[in-house]
Amino acid sequence: MLNHLPILQVIVPLLAAPICLFLQKPKIVWLFACVATALTFLISVLLLQQVNVSGTLVYELGGWEAPWGIEYRIDDLNALLLLIISSISAVVMWAGHISLSKELNADRHLYFYVLYLLSLAGMLGIVATGDAFNVFVFLEVSSLSAYALIALGRDRRALWASYKYLIMGTIGATFILIGIGLMYQMTGTLNMHDLATRLPEVSQTRTVFVSFAFIVVGVCLKLALFPLHLWLPNAYAFAPSLVTALLAATSTKVAIYLLIRFTFSIYGLSFSFTTLPLNVLFLVLGVLGVFVASVAAIYKRNTKRLFAYSSVAQVGYMIIGFSVGTAAGLSASLIHIFNHALMKGAIFLALGAVVYRVGSVNLSQINGLGREMPYTMAAIVIGGLSLIGVPLTVGFISKWYLIVALLENGWWPVALLVLLGSLLAVIYVWKVVESAYFKPADSDREPVKEAPLGFLIPVWVLVIANVYFGLDTRLSVGVAQAAAAGLFGVTP
Amino acid sequence: MIVSAQTVLQLTVILPLLSVAGLIMASRRPNLREAISIITGVILFSLVVMLYQGMMDGDVLRVHWFDVIPGLGFNFHIEPLGVLFALIASFLWIITTFYAIGYMRKNGESNQTRFYSCFAIAISAVMGIAFAADLFTLFIFYEVLTLSTYPLVTHSGTEAAKKGGRIYLGILLTTSIAFLLFAVIATWFVAGTLDFTSGGVFNGQANPLVLSVLLVLFVFGVGKAAIMPFHRWLPSAMVAPTPVSALLHAVAVVKAGVFSIMKICLYIFGLDLLPLLSSTQFLLYLAGFTVLMASLIAMRQDSLKARLAYSTISQLSYIIIGALLATASGVLGGSMHIAMHAFGKITLFFCAGAIYVSLGKTRISDMQGIGWQMPVTMAAFFIASLSIIGVPPGGGTWSKWFLVMGSLEAGQWFLIVALMISSLLNIAYLLPIPFRAFFPNDQTDMVRGSMKEAPLPALIAIIVTTLFCLILFVYPQPLYDLAQAILNTAEASHG
Amino acid sequence: MLIGHYNYWVVVALMMLGFFIIIAHGNLIKKIVGLTIFQTSVFIFYISVAKLDGGTAPILAEGFTDYANPLPHVLILTAIVVGIATTALGLALTVRINEAYGSIEEEFIEKQDNQSC
Repeated sequence: MLNHLPILQVIVPLLAAPICLFLQKPKIVWLFACVATALTFLISVLLLQQVNVSGTLVYELGGWEAPWGIEYRIDDLNALLLLIISSISAVVMWAGHISLSKELNADRHLYFYVLYLLSLAGMLGIVATGDAFNVFVFLEVSSLSAYALIALGRDRRALWASYKYLIMGTIGATFILIGIGLMYQMTGTLNMHDLATRLPEVSQTRTVFVSFAFIVVGVCLKLALFPLHLWLPNAYAFAPSLVTALLAATSTKVAIYLLIRFTFSIYGLSFSFTTLPLNVLFLVLGVLGVFVASVAAIYKRNTKRLFAYSSVAQVGYMIIGFSVGTAAGLSASLIHIFNHALMKGAIFLALGAVVYRVGSVNLSQINGLGREMPYTMAAIVIGGLSLIGVPLTVGFISKWYLIVALLENGWWPVALLVLLGSLLAVIYVWKVVESAYFKPADSDREPVKEAPLGFLIPVWVLVIANVYFGLDTRLSVGVAQAAAAGLFGVTP
Repeated sequence: MIVSAQTVLQLTVILPLLSVAGLIMASRRPNLREAISIITGVILFSLVVMLYQGMMDGDVLRVHWFDVIPGLGFNFHIEPLGVLFALIASFLWIITTFYAIGYMRKNGESNQTRFYSCFAIAISAVMGIAFAADLFTLFIFYEVLTLSTYPLVTHSGTEAAKKGGRIYLGILLTTSIAFLLFAVIATWFVAGTLDFTSGGVFNGQANPLVLSVLLVLFVFGVGKAAIMPFHRWLPSAMVAPTPVSALLHAVAVVKAGVFSIMKICLYIFGLDLLPLLSSTQFLLYLAGFTVLMASLIAMRQDSLKARLAYSTISQLSYIIIGALLATASGVLGGSMHIAMHAFGKITLFFCAGAIYVSLGKTRISDMQGIGWQMPVTMAAFFIASLSIIGVPPGGGTWSKWFLVMGSLEAGQWFLIVALMISSLLNIAYLLPIPFRAFFPNDQTDMVRGSMKEAPLPALIAIIVTTLFCLILFVYPQPLYDLAQAILNTAEASHG
Repeated sequence: MLIGHYNYWVVVALMMLGFFIIIAHGNLIKKIVGLTIFQTSVFIFYISVAKLDGGTAPILAEGFTDYANPLPHVLILTAIVVGIATTALGLALTVRINEAYGSIEEEFIEKQDNQSC
């Protein structure tokens, strides 16, 4: 059984999704989905342990040997991403039934769970697989279900946001498909490991350059790197709260994983960063992303949009770390991927609790909530502090490693910019804080009670994780550094 | 001793936090709640005294909690400067709690549980700063202090409070994240350690230019030290209830700032290195400029608390000067001034609060002739003013003496002139207040008859701190010994 | 050179055409049509890559030595399924948008949203 963990990781949610269709009753489906996601989480923990003990795991699907068959390959990087995705999705799922009862008609609940599990399976598949074409398939599985999930939002703008995301996402995925095709044309293989060994021979051909360009642009569309981020804010803002929490915490992370996988392991560092000036490009885009998106966030009146723009900015930090091109920079990036999942998961889930009680997350509706929903708002404040990077939270750890990595490279002006960027976070986080604590409640808003316990528990699990991993960094930093070292070991 | 010294050291940080739980549970019973505050304060102070005695007996103590980042974690130790700071802060916490009881109840303030809880967290952070054994720990508690005092500054929840809180948090977070954090990480990067070490951590290897820049970043980064141009938060913080202004913005927070700067000067850069850096001179001039400028602005303030705030800004730069001079007398003067100014300024703030709760007056121009209504308060104000100005019988005399001596030793004539002029300005902006209270311009303003002193707990607090201003003049020996110990530790590397 | 790679020219032309339609047209259905053309160009690209001059279907039989590469065909079967799903979802969304906004013109939808913001 334990040998089959890599495939179980993907299969469990993938099979759980159609089973939901048979269960019909919303509450039972929810319980079933909880069990399925919890099981998925458990598998990812076991996988991480196995990777720690015995190194990279290779699983051959159906017993077909790679490169003919599809193989799943789990190293530290994969295990870390699997853990992030499955843990956040499991915690978010706990709040599922309560949150949906307000945001979705009862007859739609079923579809939500099916799509949620499919999206999860897709994301896990992207990370687990060692086959380039398989990546495309899982990418589409997760994306298609994500479009549908977003379209479940109550506001009609959700439909429009979903449509735009569908167009952009499909273009991105098709770009990746072209890139994969060109790579296959040059090497005759789709196995990532195999590609990595064969590409260097042909790396100076124009075809490989073109394939690389297509893949990078496609992935950047998916990860909402500035200036390809336009689809993200509306999609996050109008999706059901749980969907926002899931997507914000995981989907861009998966895209960044792909970027790392393609640039570092498949094409190799010397190709990506030495032959092509990719690091300079990414550095500039990352820094611009941090500033433009943070400033945009400041002017938003809808808090979900506000934090969505903040997500774009945070992606900028990850890309900056990535562009440093050293093991330290990459591990800073990975640490931030882990930490940002915790922050945004907590914040968006707490906003879900606000939606549950208030029905809206406009700043004017949040006025006075500090008194009415103290625990929910406290969770948002702590999440926000974490975004800013205040000590004792995970955000501080991210920032620390990122700056050390930048200084190591002698990029101190960038380090200063990173710090200045986090000051912009102070401004937008404090807009929310001031609304919640200093403004009297709007007269047209009914007084509300604190969110139910079923909602508060998952929110606070994430909040406590924000603080815990801000103090005990052995897991996040340890795995991230091992993963970064592994990637640099493959391509010295 | 029942508990080991190590436990005592950790308790100083943990105890105030524990008391928060008690405070919240007792939120419906004000008497119990305030009792918890005071008892915690008394225990905390006795713990610090135990540490003080242990240290004077030569104990060396170091506690390591756990690492956050490999090689960097929570580390605490005792050294004289920290003990001095902790002694002052914990002692004045007890006094301030007494004062707060009188003030908050008479004023009918709301959210008192939150008030006392945040206060306790702030004190815990102050203890963390005082006993931090490395810059990392110090930085963490420094930020905790900033955030835990934010709800105190904005306590009233009014528009003015919100605005004040914005400036407060804006400046303190900006400086600490943009400059201090950067400087801390850069130091770690350059020196490979953040431990406070006698004689500094750089070992003469680093590029002096880099170190000069780092020094500037540190001094600006510790925004709590309120050196110009990063001083605006302090007057803004005056929207807080007076006990907050008294303890936090005359003692705990601002002293945490100058304390951090002293720690950095003494134990990160070291006394030998400081005079060699080109930026030291620039910072000294800047501090001198702050001393003069803040005094001049103080003269023009009609709001009593604002005047005191600017006076604090000016006095803080005295201490920065003492640290940056890096001479024996400078360090002595700087460390002694931490204590002297603490007692003097807290008394002044207590008085300002007492005038406000009893008479509802905040403007200096309205305070003509109130002397016979509040004789004790105004007398205390007079004595504390003398201490701030630095003339007998105020304790401030000694610290100013050493600071001037330090400037002489270093041949900093500009600073001597600045200190002298500033003392004159102190007289000009402080003494007229008690003077006009007893002898108003216009005799018809004189209010006679009924005494309207502050509530008894507040009055006791005022009297105690005033007495300390006097005692520190007559009997400064223990303080001097402690300052001497600071100097010895800082110079230990000379062998 | 130009003629020898004519399959790529077809692919590029279709791709650009599809891309242009997505960008230039405000009608949601036309956008999806563009998207489909865009995807189809990639399918053609994959299939043409697998073609071998003189090769036959990859079935072992007497007298044949050259076979076309079957793998891209298989891949593209999957991609076609994905493409159909995408188109179906896109069209379903368009129907819903039409119900909600009463229009499938981008301009018109954006205008309504800006008013309600």
